[in-house]
Amino acid sequence: MDDMMFLTFLATLVGAAWRLATPLIFASIGEVFSERAGVLNIGLEGTMLVGAFCGFATAFATDSVLLGLLTGVLGGMLFGLVFAFFTITIKADQIVVGAALNLLGMGLTAFLFRTYYVSTGKGIEIAQPVHIPWLSDLPFLGEAFFQQNLIVYSTILVAILATLVLYRTSFGLTLRAVGEHPKAVDVAGRNVAAYRYGAVLVGTGLAGLGGAFLTLGHSNQFVEGITSGRGFIVLAVVVFARWSPIGAFFVSLLFGLFYALQLMLQAQASIVVPYQVLQALPYIMTIITLVVVRGKGAAPGKLGQPYEMR
Amino acid sequence: MEQVNQGVRENVYPQAAQALYRTLSQVAISAVTPLAAVIVALACGAALLWLNGFNGSDVVTVMIFGSFQDMRSVGEILLKATPLILIGAGLCVAFRCKIWNIGAEGQLYVGAIAATFVGTSIDGLSVWVHAPLVMLAGAIAGAAWAGIAGYLKVRFQASEIVTTIMLNYIAIILTSYLVTGPMKDASAAYPQSARLVREAWTPRIVSDMRLHVGILVAVVLAVALYIFLQRSSRGFALRVVGQNPHAARYAGMNVGRNIMIAICISGAMAGLAGAFEVAGVTHRLYQNISPGYGFEGIAVALLAGNNPLAAILSGGLFATLRSGSEVLQITSQVPQVLVLVIQGIVILSVVAFAKLRDIIRIVA
Repeated sequence: MDDMMFLTFLATLVGAAWRLATPLIFASIGEVFSERAGVLNIGLEGTMLVGAFCGFATAFATDSVLLGLLTGVLGGMLFGLVFAFFTITIKADQIVVGAALNLLGMGLTAFLFRTYYVSTGKGIEIAQPVHIPWLSDLPFLGEAFFQQNLIVYSTILVAILATLVLYRTSFGLTLRAVGEHPKAVDVAGRNVAAYRYGAVLVGTGLAGLGGAFLTLGHSNQFVEGITSGRGFIVLAVVVFARWSPIGAFFVSLLFGLFYALQLMLQAQASIVVPYQVLQALPYIMTIITLVVVRGKGAAPGKLGQPYEMR
Repeated sequence: MEQVNQGVRENVYPQAAQALYRTLSQVAISAVTPLAAVIVALACGAALLWLNGFNGSDVVTVMIFGSFQDMRSVGEILLKATPLILIGAGLCVAFRCKIWNIGAEGQLYVGAIAATFVGTSIDGLSVWVHAPLVMLAGAIAGAAWAGIAGYLKVRFQASEIVTTIMLNYIAIILTSYLVTGPMKDASAAYPQSARLVREAWTPRIVSDMRLHVGILVAVVLAVALYIFLQRSSRGFALRVVGQNPHAARYAGMNVGRNIMIAICISGAMAGLAGAFEVAGVTHRLYQNISPGYGFEGIAVALLAGNNPLAAILSGGLFATLRSGSEVLQITSQVPQVLVLVIQGIVILSVVAFAKLRDIIRIVA
């Protein structure tokens, strides 16, 4: 490969990485909110599937990507409401409820898809790339950064907004306190449960959006289990990102790079590695991530624990 | 003297009766919640069918009773119950120790791989040696695969929830690589391994039914795990570590070792389930050897209240639902994934009813 070809390869790779990172960015920033408030939601895989399906079904009926994204978010939040009710109101084990919601999300979306859509075999119109004037014509950089669709661009906005809300508003401060020291928040007269509900709804709404991107901004079809473990990879992303939204953005990009590398290397005929090795790459990297970024130093103090109000 | 004896006897019988009554009522109470949970889940399943234009009552008539046609269909249910009981009972041990092993699916796959390797590469052994050897290989491979996640948790505090799930994907991809590459049957167009030699097959119970002795092994092991958890000091240590790791450490228990033992037991059970799928059912390794038994096992354990003995019953129930959902797909074109929805709702209902019971107990 000469230098020019390598640069072109790199530009395509980075562009694809950002695109493939987009669902992870949304969902991991959402999970940062949830975990900062002390709620560990391992039901994200099911939540993202619901978002992906709601988005697909809406766009199928209305031909509108925007409406699809909206119902994706709402579908995710509806699922989040169930999660919040079980874990916050009746204080059930967060892991057990999360596992149940994964089964439910997988089952419901596959059931409805097979009942109504599988025989149609039709795809949907997806979000088209928006070329940013002048910048998109730049050599290499243009293809990597300025020829994406609007959903991909919006990840930057979401990351900045999430950081502002979490660190610069009183809501964000209280939310973080709820995860570290809920009793203090309770004594100060704020409602711990309400903040946790809010955090879970933000988290699952964003997970729904991430799922909806898979059908509305990436592939134009719903496939059973289309998330293929992204909801779980997100959990590792959040640990690696040390529970920070900006961190979640960049760690997601890193995982997007693994996905992109896997797809692009599979297309290279000269690579002798079996394609399954590349396929396994994101999963192997997730485990390595957890090992390298060890310790729970930065984890919210009360992560995973229901709060008993007296 | 006479009077004293009389007095003792009068006291003993009411006490025994009271103890019996207490035990029975405890059993009844602990059976009520799972039963109620199953009924709620079936009702939700029926509602889902009805809302989408199917016949809602099919959930009861077809899913529960439909698969009890004859001895053969009962045999098929027990065949499906085998991996579910094995995995469910094993997960009870891990969950009691608060180790969230979500990786039974992957452990099943590596168990199947190891069983295939031992069953295809060795020849000339008697069935008395080869068949158990295949099972052992599956169990060891499953335990080792789970042990990776256990080690990473103990050594690096890596969340076993995430690592076991990632190991699921890796095991499934590994299987796909093996049956399309090194272990592929060269004469077959479809990706599959060579056939296991006959001596490696798990013996059938009745020669004209697919049901094999794995179901007996599963039941015996579930009982053994129950005794292990409740009666052995190691089992006690596992439960203490699960309930309060600080207390366990203070009492001189090695938390890390107990975690490893718990996760490896659950992995061995899943690996054994994988070995039975290959050696008892398909006799070859395929890409998708499991229809999600590893995930269903989680629901089996939770419905059983993490009691391996009860996992025999809940495993049987989920096997019935799975068989029934297959019948339902054939007779009424209801997508078979309905069973996943029912499983999810079963777990949520178990959780909700357990809380409800606590509330009633506090009020009463």
